[in-house]
Amino acid sequence: MAIMSFIFVFFFFSSLQPILSLYEDQVGLMDWHQQYIGKVKQAVFHTHKTGRKRVVASTEQNIIATLDLRRGEIFWRHVLGPNDVVDGIDIALGKYVITLSSGGSILRAWNLPDGQMVWESSLHGPKHSKPLLLTRNLIIEKDNVLIVFSNGRLNAVSCIDGEVLWKKDFEEESLEVQQVIQPPGSGFIYVLGFAASSQFEMYKINAKNGELLKHESTAFSGRFTGEVSLVSSETVVALDSTGSILLTISFHNGKISSQQTPVSNLLEDSPGLAVIIHPSVTGIFAIKTDAATIFIRVIGEGKLEVVEKTNHETVVSDALSISEGQQAFALVQHAGSSIHLTVKPAHDWDSNLLKESIKMDQQRGFVHKVFINNYIRTDRSHGFRALIVMEDHSLLLLQQGAIVWSREDGLASIIDVTTSELPVEKAGVSVAKVELNLFEWLKGHVLKLKGTLMLATPEDIAAIQHMRLKSSEKSKMTRDHNGFRKLLIALTRAGKLFGLHTGDGRIVWSHLLQSLHKSESCRQPIVLNLYQWQVPHHHALDENPSVLVVGRCGPSSDALGVLSLVDSYTGKEFSSLSLVHSVAQVIPLPYTDSTEQRLHLLIDADKHAHLYPKTPEAIDSFQSEFSNVYWYSVDDDNGIIKGYALKTKCSSNVADEFCFDSRELWSIVLPSESEKIITTATRKLNEAVHTQAKLIADQDVMYKYISSNLLFVATVAPKASGEIGSVTPEESWLVVYLIDTVTGRVLHRMTHHGSQGPVQAVLSENWVVYHYFNLRAHRYEMSVIEIYDQSRADNKDVWKLVVGNHNLTSPVSSYSRAEVITKSQSYFFTHSLKAIAVTLTVKGITSKQLLIGTIGDQVLALDKRFLDPRRSVNPKQAEREEGIIPLTDSLPIIPQSYITHSLRVEGLQSIITVAAKLESTTLVFAHGLDLFFTHYAPSRTYDSLTEDFSYALLLITIVVLVAAIFVTWILSQRKELQDRWR
Amino acid sequence: MEKGKGVMGAGRRWAVDFSDNSTAPSSRDIPDPPGFTRASVDQDDSAVSRQKKDAEANWKSQKAWEVAQAPFKNLLMMGFMMWMAGSTVHLFSIGITFSALWQPISALQGVGKVFEPYKDNKVDLLGPKLLFIALNLGGLALGLNTLGLLPTHASDWVSSLSPAQEVEYSGGGIPL
Repeated sequence: MAIMSFIFVFFFFSSLQPILSLYEDQVGLMDWHQQYIGKVKQAVFHTHKTGRKRVVASTEQNIIATLDLRRGEIFWRHVLGPNDVVDGIDIALGKYVITLSSGGSILRAWNLPDGQMVWESSLHGPKHSKPLLLTRNLIIEKDNVLIVFSNGRLNAVSCIDGEVLWKKDFEEESLEVQQVIQPPGSGFIYVLGFAASSQFEMYKINAKNGELLKHESTAFSGRFTGEVSLVSSETVVALDSTGSILLTISFHNGKISSQQTPVSNLLEDSPGLAVIIHPSVTGIFAIKTDAATIFIRVIGEGKLEVVEKTNHETVVSDALSISEGQQAFALVQHAGSSIHLTVKPAHDWDSNLLKESIKMDQQRGFVHKVFINNYIRTDRSHGFRALIVMEDHSLLLLQQGAIVWSREDGLASIIDVTTSELPVEKAGVSVAKVELNLFEWLKGHVLKLKGTLMLATPEDIAAIQHMRLKSSEKSKMTRDHNGFRKLLIALTRAGKLFGLHTGDGRIVWSHLLQSLHKSESCRQPIVLNLYQWQVPHHHALDENPSVLVVGRCGPSSDALGVLSLVDSYTGKEFSSLSLVHSVAQVIPLPYTDSTEQRLHLLIDADKHAHLYPKTPEAIDSFQSEFSNVYWYSVDDDNGIIKGYALKTKCSSNVADEFCFDSRELWSIVLPSESEKIITTATRKLNEAVHTQAKLIADQDVMYKYISSNLLFVATVAPKASGEIGSVTPEESWLVVYLIDTVTGRVLHRMTHHGSQGPVQAVLSENWVVYHYFNLRAHRYEMSVIEIYDQSRADNKDVWKLVVGNHNLTSPVSSYSRAEVITKSQSYFFTHSLKAIAVTLTVKGITSKQLLIGTIGDQVLALDKRFLDPRRSVNPKQAEREEGIIPLTDSLPIIPQSYITHSLRVEGLQSIITVAAKLESTTLVFAHGLDLFFTHYAPSRTYDSLTEDFSYALLLITIVVLVAAIFVTWILSQRKELQDRWR
Repeated sequence: MEKGKGVMGAGRRWAVDFSDNSTAPSSRDIPDPPGFTRASVDQDDSAVSRQKKDAEANWKSQKAWEVAQAPFKNLLMMGFMMWMAGSTVHLFSIGITFSALWQPISALQGVGKVFEPYKDNKVDLLGPKLLFIALNLGGLALGLNTLGLLPTHASDWVSSLSPAQEVEYSGGGIPL
């Protein structure tokens, strides 16, 4: 029976099923997209021609981009693969961007105006070597030529089509080529390098055909290191391996003559190990020691002279030829809250072409790189603009003593993201500035009404669209009723923390964390992760929320940890701690103290657990739950998963009452010859589950096994841990485990033969979905495992449930060993994955959808109903009514369900879902090189009116109806009166 | 119900009053028939009237019980029809379900009207009324049950049962 209830449900769902996509005019209402390029490694200006001035940049994220020099916007951008590191860029012929990448093996030319690839040639050679790119105006038989040294081979490549005109191998095993020089106007090329680290080698090569003209070498008693600096067209300077002797080598007319100068001769105090920086200003080079940067001039025959010694952080640009035979370079120095930009001519140290002081935001840190470019002012003098890269990876253009534009490219390398609520709107605080006045409100609604009634002119439609996009409502700095307005707190690799507004993506605040800055005590700080430290609600509302940033001093796992607490409203660091122990794991506990500070357990490398915050209150509340707190560690190198409980106080340091020893409880040792851990997944801490029961067809109930201590582990055969296709299906397998992390009990184990990683997995409620490659079918697959608690299954007596005589709500322990059953199913899936996440709603009532970051850098929503292990080819009537979709062998990709619609999140790394206060809606934030944010309602917004709902129409309808009632009432009264008189 | 109306006073066209117990011959223009002794009539006159009233009350309560039991037949018929209609979504079955819902509701609304004819200070109508209401509620339940609105399954009671609290907590993962 029970048909009728399903009639409604059926119609409801059938009306609701298909369209989850956006209309064209809804783009940009809820979503925003920001594009970044990352930390700039090299920049080349293109300002010669008339037309749009631009700068070409290559970044550490393997991007080649051209930016508008006026505004800093991206004209075009290419993301090269993760292994395709850009080694050098240049502009050739004034219209091609030449890039050398992949360790010098790929040379490409891109069309400058639109970024189309013109040609590509691969350069291979006998051995690996430092790649060098040289683009002077070398012309061989009317062909512009690029000289590329890579992989131990010198190539001359035609600019027009990328054809290799000639090549010359340098096969000598120990030869390390450091410089390739082509003196201007000459027809030959010098190749300079070291052989066996102690011999200076010079090859003179005919530029026309690659013929070896001369080979000279000279031995040196010490050993060479690293860079050589070219100080004139025929002189180089090198440092020996001790960093204490400077060698000046000139090779005039093919004759090598060298001269040694101890660094201590130039400087009174012994500077320690020195390195040569920035090798390409004629006549001048710089060495950098720990304390200072020293500029040295080469006078005549190998004589050196110190011209300046600065103790500040100083950055030097490459030389720029400003006119015939004249070169200039820029120096950037810090002085308090401003930076000094100085442009000097190369031949004369004491004069300045430009000296400017620019006020600089302290939160950008030090200048890391500077690139300069000149322009001719109206009075025919030289003006300079400088592009500077800061410590936080941001990019700024300076011109005429001001910052023309800045780009926050640190956001291209986000490590971790969390969210925070905005301040509550207080009664006293006036928001009238952003609020519209009544007239404008009315005007807006009249316009909307016109739009609804299709009376609007195209201008009106444009006005409506503009109004919707620029709605001040979404970018207010206060909490809203639906929970759409939040702060996204992003931690970047540069150690900068950004607060982004979810409404429009603007940066509310940004701070470079001082405690994670390079200092005496912490030489190599690394930021690790971000946690929510304090989320005040209920009784602690007057406190500001705060986040915890965990870092460590140095790359090794036993380096000392650093904690930093940051106020979420202002971004100010209000407290920081330099720990005396290392940080191997951070475990947020489900307990808070009276000010809503979350207790955290930090596990160090020696498996001691340290409790934070270190307050007596925290330890009191922790003591009561002490015996119920466990932790586990997954050692993916050795294939061991271990579980621990806490013992009483640390045995080593007596004084510390916040330190606890760990006791090993269980361990799962996977056979290292057959299994290697590649992925783990756990449930999100903040995930809400509405119910423990799953209703299935015919009013039956299954009880979900819901445990936050569930760990999903995927292992593959060690052989198969490489690239897809590197092994045969017979020697490849994928094993998945579901493990209870309290007892170490393996709840489920399943083997997929002939399958291979990489595995992307997501665990939510009582199910896990994972993605892998099936070698037998040559396709990607997705599998789902659902886990049910069988020991609760006999709770089916209605009367017992009515009177509450059941144990379904009593607390459960992992030691009670619930009997579980699992159901699983696999489907083919077309895409390979970059990330996978699941929608998260505040109470967990709304049905779930998977958010899949595809290889095309888009985010695809896939209904969880497609990944239901109870799907069958011919579902029964009752099952159909329940919403079970007939089984198909592959998962459908519905083009409308790309939540990134037409946009791409380049270099997609992860997808973060946050629950809004409105049950139907999830906030989705996807980041990689780009950032993308949107609202997503998996079952549409069933609990609110849509944003384009016309209140004016509703109001008018009500008014008209009331008026009609009055009119008809009066009319009927009159008629009745007339009837009576008759 | 038609029968019940026949005994109503308002329905009579004419009447002979046999219970005229006035003894004075002057009050009557017709002399008594020969052999009729007025005294004997007077003797048991009150007893007869009581008897009559009792009979009427009895009859009324009997009728009231009958009326109260009437929905039972209706219920059986409804059940049979629903069984015949099956559980497919069909115009016919939708109609039956709605009539099964509507009939008891309208009957419950008119409880007072249905039992009005049997109103008598000697007749206790509470029992029949309760039976009538109970049977109609049964009919309503049958209709609601067809719609699946009655919480008769375990699933109705556990569908929003929040997950049980866990005693232990464990965290961790791959070291940072």
